[in-house]
Amino acid sequence: MQVLYFAWVRETIGLPREEVETSAETVADLVVELRAREARYDHAFSDVTALRVALDQELAEFDAPLSGVREIAFFPPMTGG
Amino acid sequence: MIRLQEFPFDAGGELNQFSASLAGAGAVVSFTGVVRDVVGGLSHMEIEHYPGMTEKALETIREQAIQRWGLTGAMVIHRIGTLTTGELIMMVATASPHRADAFEAAEFLMDYLKSRAPFWKKETTADGEVWVASKAEDEAALTRW
Repeated sequence: MQVLYFAWVRETIGLPREEVETSAETVADLVVELRAREARYDHAFSDVTALRVALDQELAEFDAPLSGVREIAFFPPMTGG
Repeated sequence: MIRLQEFPFDAGGELNQFSASLAGAGAVVSFTGVVRDVVGGLSHMEIEHYPGMTEKALETIREQAIQRWGLTGAMVIHRIGTLTTGELIMMVATASPHRADAFEAAEFLMDYLKSRAPFWKKETTADGEVWVASKAEDEAALTRW
């Protein structure tokens, strides 16, 4: 699965995207896996209420299933306009 | 029409072109956002976005506005990349037979664009860089629709 990071999440983790092999069933499960990797991931995901997630470029919730998802993106609340 | 671009745009020219392309619109409303120096000493602003999702999100929001208010036209232009104080950051324009629909649809587009399209602003001053935080009132504004 392609995992994308934007804005300060990208800066904290230190890369814009990566391929992740995972059997996580939900977004929240994937977050647990990522946090266990390294301090920078743990730090980026320390407060998921400060984050938003998109599955295949559609906004989703953290309890959403990952089955069939090819691209997941994590980012802070959007500040367009 | 949806457009993302790194280079500046001419709001007047865009509005004239939009108006000229419409048939049957009695009302055209436009809104233009300008970069403000809110922090004091803004050197520049960077707008990051999520290529692919941004276009889809904007097109969805635009389609919703057209359907809901029976618009004869709607356009969104949004800058990405580096901007400085006073530059135009984005513009929306809506057209409808009567003005109430065009005004309301333009507000709807703005409200959704602010917190549902994947853009993020980072401001740079002499003190460093800061990601602009989202505002609770921007999220609250969506409940109106």
